Amino acid sequence: MNARTSNTAQDIKERRDAALNRLVDAIPYTSFLGVSFDRRGDELTATMAYSDQLIGNPTVPAIHGGAMAAFMETVAIIELAWIDLFKQIEADKLSGDEIAQMPFPTLPKVIDLTVDYLSVGRSRDTYARARINRAGRRYASVHVETWQDNRSKLVAQATGHFLMPEKTDTSPPKGG
Amino acid sequence: MTTPQEAAKYFATALPHCAALNMEMEEVGVSSATMSMPYDKKLIGDPATGVIHGGAISALMDSCGGASVFLHPDNGAASVTLDLRIDYMRPAIPEKRIYAQATCYHVTRSVAFVRVIAWDTSKDRLIATATGAFSFQHKAAKSS
Repeated sequence: MNARTSNTAQDIKERRDAALNRLVDAIPYTSFLGVSFDRRGDELTATMAYSDQLIGNPTVPAIHGGAMAAFMETVAIIELAWIDLFKQIEADKLSGDEIAQMPFPTLPKVIDLTVDYLSVGRSRDTYARARINRAGRRYASVHVETWQDNRSKLVAQATGHFLMPEKTDTSPPKGG
Repeated sequence: MTTPQEAAKYFATALPHCAALNMEMEEVGVSSATMSMPYDKKLIGDPATGVIHGGAISALMDSCGGASVFLHPDNGAASVTLDLRIDYMRPAIPEKRIYAQATCYHVTRSVAFVRVIAWDTSKDRLIATATGAFSFQHKAAKSS
């Protein structure tokens, strides 16, 4: 462990924010969609900021189902990558500078995504949270919910399966 | 009067999100449509490989599915996606244009069923497939 890293409340916050920003800022598509993340500990809430380019049907107007699907897929991938990254930075107590120099993590790859459209996405910000239902070595299953005005009235939900990156096992070999 | 086939040609440009992704209508048929989308660096989902985000392909497939419903001879109203399942076969090749072809293969009084395939360099090399259900309103049912 690195001796010069300290662990004040401020250090912890900086480390976590640096890691999250590193992940999110590197993916061009998240900024194309206008997606940003709020963090409380390891819990993420995503916002897809409203913009006219998200509209599918201009007469309603309603957010394009494809944009909604893309939002949920993004949130699922970030969630999976973030949970892995979070464990790593916390275990190694990395500093913001060290995080900036880390190799960019290999992202999970989407296998399938099933989207249910539950109500019309109106012309305003959309929020999402992901829940990892299964996180195996090779496969993960993630559920995402999106809402706008009321947390309990979902705009859409999705379940996706993801292929996890091969882990380079750095832990000492177990006996046997 | 504008036929659905004529109107569908403007699908890609009239829908703001389709326009933002620079989608183009390639071919309109009866209950079927082919659309395409160019590669764009702003759509990259994996910075390590430059591969386009799956979400952009979902948007193309959803749009194309919607277009095929619109092109069904009995279609009487604008439809919305009820559900869509997308399977990703392989990553799209960076720099290559992506194509999607959708068929609305069955409609009931209120639901349209759609299949979509997507490819890049060759139709034999699928990058994704999708099945979806859309809301549907029969022309006849609308006027009654």
